[in-house]
Amino acid sequence: MESVLSMFTSFVEWLRQPGLTHFLVLSALLFSMGVFAILTRRNAIMVLMGIELVLNAANINFVAFARYTTHSLDGHIVAVFVIILAAAEAAIALAIVLNIYQTFNTVNVDELNTLKD
Amino acid sequence: MDLQTIVFYFFVLLTIVAAGVVVFSRNIVHAAFALLFAFFGVAGIYVFLMADFLAVTQLMIYVGGILVLLLFGVMLTSKQVNVDIRTSNFQLIPAAMIAGALFGFLAGVLVFTPWREGTNPSTPEATGPLLGELLLTKYVLPFEVASMVLLVALVGAALIARREKDRKNA
Repeated sequence: MESVLSMFTSFVEWLRQPGLTHFLVLSALLFSMGVFAILTRRNAIMVLMGIELVLNAANINFVAFARYTTHSLDGHIVAVFVIILAAAEAAIALAIVLNIYQTFNTVNVDELNTLKD
Repeated sequence: MDLQTIVFYFFVLLTIVAAGVVVFSRNIVHAAFALLFAFFGVAGIYVFLMADFLAVTQLMIYVGGILVLLLFGVMLTSKQVNVDIRTSNFQLIPAAMIAGALFGFLAGVLVFTPWREGTNPSTPEATGPLLGELLLTKYVLPFEVASMVLLVALVGAALIARREKDRKNA
């Protein structure tokens, strides 16, 4: 009981001062939620949304480390490239999803088990 | 609790709640609009990390570009006027176990690793000019490759998205 209370107070103390680990925990949470969406969603577009969450989580990590440990802008550059690739990926993936819809009349990833009609 | 901390937690809550709606919402349009708020919250987090250029880029590319593209995808692939616009989840329990274990592992590693944290984080400054200089000196090759990737990807996307019979006619 005593130790639980002290853990709780140290946790509240940790919450009071945002630092590097706060951003890292936030990004871990976003990453896990993205993975959860990728694993559970039936609709291919929802899977894409999960991928976007994962990419955002990675970006937060890059920028947080650039801010708190390196004092250089390399992390920002990597984040810019991640955003560029996310845009390209979204365009390609949506084109593929549209094609799948026109061919199979569904975008549920668990029903798509053949490469062509 | 100063104002900065309160605003920080506002953006954190915004991001997490919106991401939760994205993950759990049954309605795919609601999920897409919740993704807007998640991206917005992440942009706010970038501001707290002194990444002003990235925050604006996040708003312009993610909210203005990728999200609109995703919404187009939702509208084009759901059957007629919001009858079948709902989506469902499957494999809930194993996925929840995997995602929870992943979060526990990642958070444990990230919190308990002794990062070499700088004692005085760098002073706030505009990152735009510095990023531009880096992109044209140290990172000029990745920059050019990224532009080629974007060009090829967009041409390829336009080609793939055309219907099959159009391609036969051409």
